[in-house]
Amino acid sequence: MTNVPDVQSKAKATPEDRRAFFKSALAKASGLAALFGMSAKAKAEIPRSEVKEFLDPAVDPQVNHLDRMLEDLERALKKPMEQRKWVMVIDLKKCTGCKACTVSCCSENNLPPGVVYRPVVEEEVGTFPDVRKKFTPRPCMHCENPPCTPVCPVKATYKRPDGIVAIDYDVCIGCRYCLSACPYNARTADFGEFYNQDAPEIMDYEKRPNFEYGREWKRDPKDHGSPIGNARKCHFCLHRVENGMLPACATTCLGGATYFGDYNDPTSLVHQLVGSSRMMRLKEELGTEPKVYYLV
Amino acid sequence: MSRGFKIVAFVVWLLLFAWGVSGVFQRLSGGRELANYGSYVPWGLWVSSYIYFIGLSAGAFLLSSMINVFQVKSLKKLGRFSLFVAAITLMMALLSIWFDLGHMGRFYEVFTRPNFSSMMAWMVWLYTAYFILILVELWVEMRIDLAKRASEGGPLAGIYRLLALGYKAPQGEELQVAEAKNVALMRKLGILGIPLAIAFHGGVGALFATLSARPYWHSSIYPILFLTGALVSGGALMLALVSATDLLPGHERRAPIMALLAKIVLGLLAFDLILEFAEFTIPMWYGVGPERDLLMEVLTGRYWYVFWVFHILLGSLIPIILLLWKPAKEWAMGTAGGLIALTFLAVRLNLVIPGQVTPQLKGLESAYVDSRLRFEYVPSLFEWSVVAFIVTLAFALFFLGKKYLPLRVPDTEAV
Repeated sequence: MTNVPDVQSKAKATPEDRRAFFKSALAKASGLAALFGMSAKAKAEIPRSEVKEFLDPAVDPQVNHLDRMLEDLERALKKPMEQRKWVMVIDLKKCTGCKACTVSCCSENNLPPGVVYRPVVEEEVGTFPDVRKKFTPRPCMHCENPPCTPVCPVKATYKRPDGIVAIDYDVCIGCRYCLSACPYNARTADFGEFYNQDAPEIMDYEKRPNFEYGREWKRDPKDHGSPIGNARKCHFCLHRVENGMLPACATTCLGGATYFGDYNDPTSLVHQLVGSSRMMRLKEELGTEPKVYYLV
Repeated sequence: MSRGFKIVAFVVWLLLFAWGVSGVFQRLSGGRELANYGSYVPWGLWVSSYIYFIGLSAGAFLLSSMINVFQVKSLKKLGRFSLFVAAITLMMALLSIWFDLGHMGRFYEVFTRPNFSSMMAWMVWLYTAYFILILVELWVEMRIDLAKRASEGGPLAGIYRLLALGYKAPQGEELQVAEAKNVALMRKLGILGIPLAIAFHGGVGALFATLSARPYWHSSIYPILFLTGALVSGGALMLALVSATDLLPGHERRAPIMALLAKIVLGLLAFDLILEFAEFTIPMWYGVGPERDLLMEVLTGRYWYVFWVFHILLGSLIPIILLLWKPAKEWAMGTAGGLIALTFLAVRLNLVIPGQVTPQLKGLESAYVDSRLRFEYVPSLFEWSVVAFIVTLAFALFFLGKKYLPLRVPDTEAV
């Protein structure tokens, strides 16, 4: 019977006991580290030389990049709108293809079936054994020369002074000309569908409003009001950005691969990243001048 | 036409109309859940049928305008009839594109807040002008006869008086003066109408061609191809309608008209095929380039039969053989015209759909899976039912017009 663990006494372990345990474990670990000539502090840091190809010089691993971007954002919001230029930088070497950005975007904007703002395009490069997956998240490019805005017959979609290509949901007639005109397939149409439309009941989460462009848009299966029937697209989470928050995709990116900020601020993180030699943009040859930059 | 045939035709019409009404009811109440187009193939059957109908309209109208402007005496009797067909097919086109809008109730915004950099806004404004012109031309063409019918009395006299818009029927010598005035006025309106019809239908082609993001559409030949297609299909429709109806009575009278029209249609069809040959061969001659795969998809892909069976075999080869082999036979000309006009929807589908079936970014097709996010498209039955409504409605209006409107040019006006 002596081999049976004393469950009762373990269950009664006090916080003091736990602290003592961790202290002794830490002491043992630091002893081991000392044995191999490493201090506890040095162990927490991975030598830059080992990971330098994954790190852009602009990104300081000691500073949380989200904090830095929030500071950049705060500075940008103090300026008049026309002096800001919102850009996004996506580091493809850091993207793990987890699609947290796609999911958080759907959740943030309460996207219905068939509407997606930021899919992650997957490609397999090479053949076994020299094979790898390439992930390319594809938000709206917010082109400097957007091909989608001049085609709109009613001026419902337009480029804002801060560079964001927006849609006026109250005006869009749903002709879908802009969907045809986008060279990135970045626009989708809202067909008024619900995930549970064939189920006995449409769930409450599907009827939650979204707050795109800073307004409350209700979603009612009986009412076909906007944004149902409209063209929809990524707006860099304008409703969050203008309230001092980062876009949902940037906040939730597990690999820390998505950066967002004001390109017109030379001290901003995105400004530094865009200067990287790894920078490329999609379909540069079309002259659309996307404001989404990729680091390859 | 035998009584039995009429009854069968009416039953078929009734069934199709009922199916169409159910489709329209679904469209108006439920929205577009039952449509098969989505976000990656945003334009489907309704946009294709729109350019098909508007092409028929522009073709029929150009035919009537050319008759009036160039005073083509041998086709004079066809002018009014073509104009009426142009009006009906235009109505079909407008209905088609209206059902396609995500917000049908907002169509007026194209007039209240137009964006004139958009080819679509131009197109809407131009075909509004065109619509008004057709109504004016129809009224000028028929006003003398409408006023006559109004003065003759009868149960419909009130309606004719309304349609004549207060125009009084001239008598005796005045009538001849009025008729001569009408001819001159129609000529002037035709002079206005030809560039307008070319602009608006060329504009429909440009609506696609100006999109640099779509290599399949982004070609200067598109507006030309649209215009030629309009003339071929519109002319062919007139050929079929002349042979199928009694608007031009008597074999002796209509045979030469049909023969000339058949020659025009044959020439235009040949020209259209040459343009199409250029459209296909130039971008894919050396087997490389962005358009090659799209064009190969049209020729050898899953829907190869739309091109080869409907367009080439039924819509081109058989009509050409019929027109060359039996150039003077009414049935041959009518069948050829009917086949060309009907199968031209296949040409329009092949202009619209293949331009959308390849992802703009490789891999996008599997990035986010949803039935609206597919790069493939086949129209659903619901979509066909809405088209059935438009077609059956048009048939009804056509027969009402044929029966009650003075579409037949009276012999006194014949030259």
